[in-house]
Amino acid sequence: MTTTLTKPPAEPVPEPPRRGRRRPRSARAGGQMHAGPIAYIILALFTLGSLFPLVWTAIAASRDNQRLAQTPPPFWFGGNLLDKIEIAWTDANMGEAILNTTIVAGISAVTVVFLSTIAGFAFAKLKFRGRNALMLTVVGTMMIPPQLSIIPLYMMVAELDWTDQLQAVIFPSLVSAFGVFFMRQYLLQALPDEIIEAARVDGASSWRVIWHVVFPAARPAMAVLGMLMFVQVWNDFLWPFLVLTQNGNPTVQVAVAGLGRGFTPDQALIMGGALLGTLPLLLVFAIFGKQIVGGIMQGAVKG
Amino acid sequence: MTTRHDTTAPPVKGGAAPGRPPGDAASPEEARKRARLSRRWQRDLRWSPYAFVSPFFLLFAAFGLFPLLYTGWASLHTVELTAPTDMEWVGLDNFTRIFDDEFFWNAAKNTLTIGIISTVPQLLMAMGLAHILNYKLRGSTFYRVVMLAPYATSIAAASLVFVLLFGRDYGMINWALDLIGLDKIDWQSDKWPSQIAVSSIVIWRWTGYNALIYLAAMQAIPQDLYESAALDGASRWRQFIHVTLPQLRPTILFTVVVSTIGASQLFGEPLLFDANKGASGGSQHQFQTLGLYLYEQGWINQHLGRASAIAWTMFLILIVIGIVNYVISRRLRASS
Repeated sequence: MTTTLTKPPAEPVPEPPRRGRRRPRSARAGGQMHAGPIAYIILALFTLGSLFPLVWTAIAASRDNQRLAQTPPPFWFGGNLLDKIEIAWTDANMGEAILNTTIVAGISAVTVVFLSTIAGFAFAKLKFRGRNALMLTVVGTMMIPPQLSIIPLYMMVAELDWTDQLQAVIFPSLVSAFGVFFMRQYLLQALPDEIIEAARVDGASSWRVIWHVVFPAARPAMAVLGMLMFVQVWNDFLWPFLVLTQNGNPTVQVAVAGLGRGFTPDQALIMGGALLGTLPLLLVFAIFGKQIVGGIMQGAVKG
Repeated sequence: MTTRHDTTAPPVKGGAAPGRPPGDAASPEEARKRARLSRRWQRDLRWSPYAFVSPFFLLFAAFGLFPLLYTGWASLHTVELTAPTDMEWVGLDNFTRIFDDEFFWNAAKNTLTIGIISTVPQLLMAMGLAHILNYKLRGSTFYRVVMLAPYATSIAAASLVFVLLFGRDYGMINWALDLIGLDKIDWQSDKWPSQIAVSSIVIWRWTGYNALIYLAAMQAIPQDLYESAALDGASRWRQFIHVTLPQLRPTILFTVVVSTIGASQLFGEPLLFDANKGASGGSQHQFQTLGLYLYEQGWINQHLGRASAIAWTMFLILIVIGIVNYVISRRLRASS
């Protein structure tokens, strides 16, 4: 499937020698065709729509509440941005929340990538009894809605006295059926059997094969999966909201959600917190956006 | 990430391989050693696959399978959040109660309507966008990354911004409506406006993501299908209808299923759209979803048994939707 992404578009069919008639315009179809001005206008509108709420978060955070309670709403920045961010950072626990979320998302992403790679390798390249049935189970588990598990999970966490502690969020996010599926699909075509056999003939044990052959071959997919998992755990809301309170180890989502409560909430402060909670991920996107886009598109075309 | 080795498959020295003895073994000691290594080799080949997949299954059993089954068990009991280990068997009482509960049906209806008004426009727009992005474009990577920025924004941050944008008195959307001479809309209190507002958060976050998935599928369509359609004189619109859409059918089905599952679990957006009303989903429950209702029953009213029954009912509804989807897609395939 990666090949379909990198492959140059098919060669145009040689012009049929038809006298006096040009090839129909529509022959330059699909991906071959240059976009017209209307396409650019639509894309510009869509870019505006995608970015406007984000930019406006910053505008709202840079104003005070009185200005936000006036019409027309502000369209440009005021001078309070740094103040609000500082208040959100110190008073509203955002600093701690960002640290917590980084820890949780980091541990989850690294573990998911590691476990998914070795399991995906086994499913893609090793023969063992029950392989197909187990793989079917993995795919099946992707269908289970999380609501079904949260009640007993909550009871487990309460029993273990993990409420308000980060491991309550970390443990359930250590495995991902999607991750196993993703790595299997990747390794099926990215890792030729001959290389594994060659390593075997040289006397490599299975762990050595993993370390010296599978990991290097899987590195691009591992990076993509790691980023996808990081984003997912960072933005997870329901579960952290249930097991973490604002007072004990909130994640970013819990802290930001907490800002919205109260009967006279400080709107500008809420926006400051929301901005602060979103910035780290937007930064990741600005840097790795291209790879993440590629990863999502790669995961989308299932073989 | 875990390794710095840049070469693929460096020859590993020192290990003994079967079928490639280091020389003609002479001494019995060496033969024993080789036999031992060979046994170890066999064990490795036989059991290491299980070692590689078992961490996933162990963790899944603990944090996926066990909770799943336990929810079913708990749904047949009266369990309170305050004492989750005291369970009293009540059979199907929790389920029959749900079916007589007007708030459950209200939440089910809201979930359905919000699901439809968020999923349908989202997927249609995603399809159109993917089609545009499939042309040769200047700066196409830029558009793709920008499209994904909402996906990187959390539910909490996005919901809170939209609350401000949809504000009744000073919100930007009402200001714009006023500007073009329309009446202001009470986006939080009226039923349809509030559901549209909640849906717009979902649409904003997921349209770009789905567009990328469609785009990936479109790029996998063989170009010669378009070439031959074009030579047959098909217009670009007809090419889209007769080539692109049929080729995308599995992907469309996939996004419909995923979006349906996502819509059925809608929780954060309606919760935060009126944060002061807690989990009631607005003053009149006008945008309370099943996810919110489950939370209200379990964590506000502290009836975990009833919440479990809601969870299982949601699961069963999803299964029914899945079967309907499957039947429809089979019909479509058969008819074409």
